[in-house]
Amino acid sequence: MAIEKDISRREFIKSSTALTTGLVVSFYLPRADAKIVDRFEPGNAQDKFEANAFVIVKGDDTVVVLSKHLEMGQGVYTGLATIVTEELDCDWSKVTVEAAPADASRYNNLAFGPAQGTGGSTSIANSWHQLREAGATARAMLMMAAAKEWSAPLADIVTSNGQVFHHKSGRSLSYGQLVEAAKKTTAPKSVKLKSNQDFKHVGQNVIRKDGAEKVNGKAMYGMDLNLKDKVYALVLRAPLFGATLKTFDDVEAKKIKGVREIFRIPQGVVVIADHFWPAKMARDKILAKWDDEEALHKSTADIREEYKELLGKSGEIAATHGALAKSKEDAVQTVEATYEFPFLAHAPMETLNCVVQLEKEKCTLWTGDQFQTGDQMTVAKLTGLSPQKVIINTLMAGGSFGRRANSKSDYIAEAVEIAKATKTNSGRPIHVIWTREDDIRGGFYRPFFMHEVSAGLTAENKIAYWDHRLVGQSIMAGTAFDKGGIDHTSVEGLSNLAYDTESLQVELQSPKLQVPILWWRSVGHTHTAFSAETMIDELAHLAKIDPAQFRLIHLTKHPRRQEVLKQATLMANWGRKLPAGVGLGVAVHESFKSFVSQVVQVKVSGKTFKVEKVWCAIDCGIAVNPDNIKSQVEGAIGFALSAALNGEITLKDGHVEQSNFHDYRPIRIHDMPQVEVHIMASEADPTGVGEPGVPCLAPALANAIFAATGKRLRKLPLTLT
Amino acid sequence: MNTSAQTSTTVQVTFELNEKSVTVDVDPSTPLLWVIRDHLNLTGTKFGCGMAQCGVCTVHIDGVATRTCVTPIGSVAGRKVQTIEGIHDKVAQTVQKVWVEENVVQCGYCQSGQIMSAVALLRSNQKPTDSDIDKAMGGNLCRCATYARIRHAIHVAAERILKA
Ligand code: FES
Ligand code: FES
Repeated sequence: MAIEKDISRREFIKSSTALTTGLVVSFYLPRADAKIVDRFEPGNAQDKFEANAFVIVKGDDTVVVLSKHLEMGQGVYTGLATIVTEELDCDWSKVTVEAAPADASRYNNLAFGPAQGTGGSTSIANSWHQLREAGATARAMLMMAAAKEWSAPLADIVTSNGQVFHHKSGRSLSYGQLVEAAKKTTAPKSVKLKSNQDFKHVGQNVIRKDGAEKVNGKAMYGMDLNLKDKVYALVLRAPLFGATLKTFDDVEAKKIKGVREIFRIPQGVVVIADHFWPAKMARDKILAKWDDEEALHKSTADIREEYKELLGKSGEIAATHGALAKSKEDAVQTVEATYEFPFLAHAPMETLNCVVQLEKEKCTLWTGDQFQTGDQMTVAKLTGLSPQKVIINTLMAGGSFGRRANSKSDYIAEAVEIAKATKTNSGRPIHVIWTREDDIRGGFYRPFFMHEVSAGLTAENKIAYWDHRLVGQSIMAGTAFDKGGIDHTSVEGLSNLAYDTESLQVELQSPKLQVPILWWRSVGHTHTAFSAETMIDELAHLAKIDPAQFRLIHLTKHPRRQEVLKQATLMANWGRKLPAGVGLGVAVHESFKSFVSQVVQVKVSGKTFKVEKVWCAIDCGIAVNPDNIKSQVEGAIGFALSAALNGEITLKDGHVEQSNFHDYRPIRIHDMPQVEVHIMASEADPTGVGEPGVPCLAPALANAIFAATGKRLRKLPLTLT
Repeated sequence: MNTSAQTSTTVQVTFELNEKSVTVDVDPSTPLLWVIRDHLNLTGTKFGCGMAQCGVCTVHIDGVATRTCVTPIGSVAGRKVQTIEGIHDKVAQTVQKVWVEENVVQCGYCQSGQIMSAVALLRSNQKPTDSDIDKAMGGNLCRCATYARIRHAIHVAAERILKA
């Protein structure tokens, strides 16, 4: 097995900065590992050409693209297949996608450093050059093979749609027919990539590669894995964050037919049963006593009071420019506001679950894993095995929104603890399943945040100063991504505020709290975009300048923001006369290197309101799969709307008050507005798509409600009182 | 564990699943969902909430879209159950085809349930209005919020079925 050294981010950038489309490029591309690839098709190792770690051409002309990224709905399988198909020049209808194994030596996310994982809307962006090169290299090797077969000069060989041609002699072979010959070639040191204007697949609307299997029930999610001798496990976890198990009584639980074993692990009491239902019935009957002396007993109201007090103190400076005190003096009009953002659960539709099989020499996991090599290290540590002996099979995930990527590997570590502690089920595949209640009450929320902003205008209606304080837990603290100092994800979107200001100051306090927290689709932008984009709206009104115009005046250094803003307002026919009770609001924000502007139309009746329509312009560089980008933006708008309307996890004496979809309520079909998405034409390399559609929705909605009612809402979820 | 101490009871239940007669021996409180998934190995029907809030567990019982997570197996005896794996009529085929063409799915986890609800709707209502759709689909959550495409796909499918 050839383990090649990984390509560090810096090396990648170095080798790719000289790279523009149409030029010859050369950089490191990891090789395939036949042993791992074979797991997809045992006994059929002969009839395929593994060009590299990402591309396999088979004798039957099919092409397998190996995805180092988790498919969790964002369409990455289709995107990666598109990129490979473009450069390999193969037949799109014969391309399938498989999950790559967990392997830090070959499948790193080039935006993360030496770790394989999916997040930060980086999948297409970090794969763009890598997979183009993977496809182009495979194509070059097939051409070399044909040239040799036909004793023809390489320069006379061309390809088209999965075939190699030598026009002079009228000969042709399909890629599949060249598999044997291609195996004998060596990858060229450099390959020529296509010019953008020659793209045939990138930029086209295609049908998702995972579409068919997701409408007939065949798609295999972690939840669906059926293995011989598999048993089911549920865990009774502590009711308070930080509580630990004292004792438990399982007399009644043991009476349930199908229960195999009940025991304790650090996380709580485990029930293993033949099936899910007996495990669930038994778990409901366990009486546990918890030691809650060290546990969190606070209510949301207590946290609010503490954070309010902290807002009165100065924090660590996250950004500063200009002379704040002087600019404050220059200001002729000022506005002050306080904002509050609740804890939010991800609540992916497929609850967390993991199948683990711990044997003497290895540990195998099957799950919709979002952070493979981090989890691999965690499991290696827990089991004492080497990381190579920890096999992670990544299955499709029924959503994630960040929840399945956790540098604490929470649910995976727990599954391994169960496999370690079992006495009568060792060696068996154990499927640990979370119920929805486990999920909603299980923590790892978007942190509770409060902001306080004071801003002022000069006599010329320019922004004199912007003084912004934030209080909220740090997501990165104590993780592998912790660089010390300011947690960038707490202030992203504010510390780099795009609006021209004479003076800017952003101060952050990151108090510690026992509530486990995590990144949640668009991370810090979930709150920073709200305060920034509603405050700029307040300033516009103070200046008596149209809010879209006021933004444009203050975005002199940000042409891409200007363009999406102009486009979204154009689509919405901004400035038109509206019936009573109807309002339009706008927001513009950059996140994950993409630029988004949204206009929301809201209709207010009494204390209720309905979002009728959202217009969105997005600039995410080259649009690899335009229809998927639209779909992601539509979904992001619906996801953000759920949070804006209903999303709230609250604590009462330490207990999470919500438990399932009746009290933690994602929007339903009747809440979904019409959405129109425009993708800006671009020649820039692709940037993020999965998350950037989220941040603008809530502020644009709050601004629309202001336009309709004159009321400023500064607390999420948004309610008119 | 000494299983002789296990005093809970099981019952035999026979019903029709995707046109085949099946018999299971389980605790009578077991929801149909878990019988279908764990005992009969049809995993297209999903678990999402366990309390009739999300609709990912939807199947047809005697033709009616039903949440299996709250349907005790005891109540299914002698009845006809159809899951996503067992719907093959013109309406179902059209709905599935349109769903693919319109790129409705994202994570896809809710989509078996969405399709079962949409098929039940279109079998009884050939030309559903938006408010018919809101009513029939209101019990099916989609955390990926594919709702706009679901609505559109139902209209497209309805039109295609009418034309055929
Ligand atoms: S699992 Fe049955 S409605 Fe949610
Ligand atoms: S497609 Fe993901 S929950 Fe509906």
